[in-house]
Amino acid sequence: MTQRTVDRRGFLKAGATVAAGSLVVPLLADDRVNRSVVAAPPGDYGQPSPFAPARREAISRHPFGAGAGASSTPLQLLNGTVTPNSLHFERHHSGIPQIDPAKHTLTIYGDVHQSLQFSYEDLLAYPLETHLYFLECSGNSYRNTLPDAQNATAGTLSGLVSGAEWTGVPLHYLLAEAGIKPNAKWLVAEGADASANTRSLPLNIALDNVMVALYQNGEPLRPSQGFPMRLFVPGCEGNISIKWLTAIKLQAEPAYTREETSKYTDLLKDGQAEMFSLRMGVKSLITTPSGLMTLPRQGVVEISGLAWSGHGSIRKVEVSADAGRSWVTAPLQSEPGPLRLTRFRLPWRWQGAPAILQSRAVDDRGNIQPSRDHALARYSPLGFYHYNGIQSWQVSAAGEVKNVYV
Amino acid sequence: MSMSNTALIILALALVPTLLMPAYAQSVKGAESTPLSLSDTLPSSLSLTHKPRRGQPVSAYENTIVSRDGVELPRGSGSAAEGKLVYAARCASCHGVDGRQPGNVLAGGQGSLATPQPLKTVGSYWPYATTLYDYIARAMPYGHEKSLTADEVYAVAAYVLLLNQVVPADTRLDQHSLPQVVMPNREGFIELQAE
Repeated sequence: MTQRTVDRRGFLKAGATVAAGSLVVPLLADDRVNRSVVAAPPGDYGQPSPFAPARREAISRHPFGAGAGASSTPLQLLNGTVTPNSLHFERHHSGIPQIDPAKHTLTIYGDVHQSLQFSYEDLLAYPLETHLYFLECSGNSYRNTLPDAQNATAGTLSGLVSGAEWTGVPLHYLLAEAGIKPNAKWLVAEGADASANTRSLPLNIALDNVMVALYQNGEPLRPSQGFPMRLFVPGCEGNISIKWLTAIKLQAEPAYTREETSKYTDLLKDGQAEMFSLRMGVKSLITTPSGLMTLPRQGVVEISGLAWSGHGSIRKVEVSADAGRSWVTAPLQSEPGPLRLTRFRLPWRWQGAPAILQSRAVDDRGNIQPSRDHALARYSPLGFYHYNGIQSWQVSAAGEVKNVYV
Repeated sequence: MSMSNTALIILALALVPTLLMPAYAQSVKGAESTPLSLSDTLPSSLSLTHKPRRGQPVSAYENTIVSRDGVELPRGSGSAAEGKLVYAARCASCHGVDGRQPGNVLAGGQGSLATPQPLKTVGSYWPYATTLYDYIARAMPYGHEKSLTADEVYAVAAYVLLLNQVVPADTRLDQHSLPQVVMPNREGFIELQAE
């Protein structure tokens, strides 16, 4: 009867169950003797089990200053849709400042009726909002734009994306309190790191769903994520969610900072470059099985992965086991919602034949994740921001999984 | 006050929890089964419209953001010749004596953007010269940020522009002349309409 619930590509149809009880396995050796003697007491800050270690990957440090660099979330070691704070990706331009919140202020100035300064304590007095959002570096997955496919993990290839529950003050409260002058169309946010990182954001986005974030996954922001406060711009490239936020200036036009002219712009093949390409495109990847894994045996493999879009909610994720010739819709198995990571899962019966696994996401605006070729088509060969092409994992007859281009 | 008016008021007060706290009631399972007593809802220490005004008025803030028209530029000036000395002492160790240190390239690449090997530099890519002042003053030299004087920043900006052959060797820049420098790639960008 099981056969009827499996289609020819091996995907199990919804509702199918795998026969249980057909195997008898020996109990694992038991080490419970004297366990209470060696058990640890309660501690002040929890740590993961030494048997389930997880570390950030692809940690890069700039050769001229270790503070400028990035580290990636080990996507293949995690499940669900929330990234632990210790494993959230990082990207710093001049290192991580340690800031005493008592000595930190946020000033709103420029084209406002009254310039205002807020302390950390002041912000805590405002009504806070809590939302699940993804955050993705504009350069995430740039390795897959390189000419040769890198044999690496999902985290190393695409771990400059994370998901978290962010809590903060809706920015519109603070801007309204200062009073927005009619000519103001942009804000310029400035960080208190050594590089005083600055980015410009259109007010129509700033007044929509942007917050001054104070908490991440329930605890005060980590220094690496902008403690005591950061701008959080849902759905947009991570660089614009300015960390260690210390000033917001309102003005009629963008500041055209170095970050938004010389860096986070998208060079096209004709030599022109797109500026203020803020939204992150619809994207997904399979995290299990994924690069550098080996399938332990033939049989049912649970395909699992993440999907997200900077334009809205994920409407559908399809999975292919034949390099995109045919697709099966995968159930979405996390709470759906806009601008957040969505988990999909789909059982797949692997019978030892080589396969190429892919996932393809569609968002509620109708945006469809492009193939690698299509994603690269418009851009200069060395332009690597906003890459959202389909990830292909090749499964060999031996069950070894590696990154390939198709 | 008639009995019927009193009854209406009591009825209205009884509705307060649902009127004031719809989001909360929806988000807490079982909230309906534990209604607040009338006394809990009486004049309202509870409000959904609480908007504190905690911002402290400030009269002056030291603006460091330099727009493309340069109106915020501080007074000062520096020549490319002076900038060459400052650059050698403060910049060359990372950017190379000629601004062509791989990974930190500042100069060259003009005409390369539409080729298979585009090189993005100040001269080939940056649209506005004022951004040079803004960025050098706020973020350079790496590890010693904000240590240059305004005159030194103008001088280094002039020298970097000279390395890119955007300005002649005898150039001196100040708050008036820097915004007048037309960068080669000024028209090279498409500003996307933010949505």
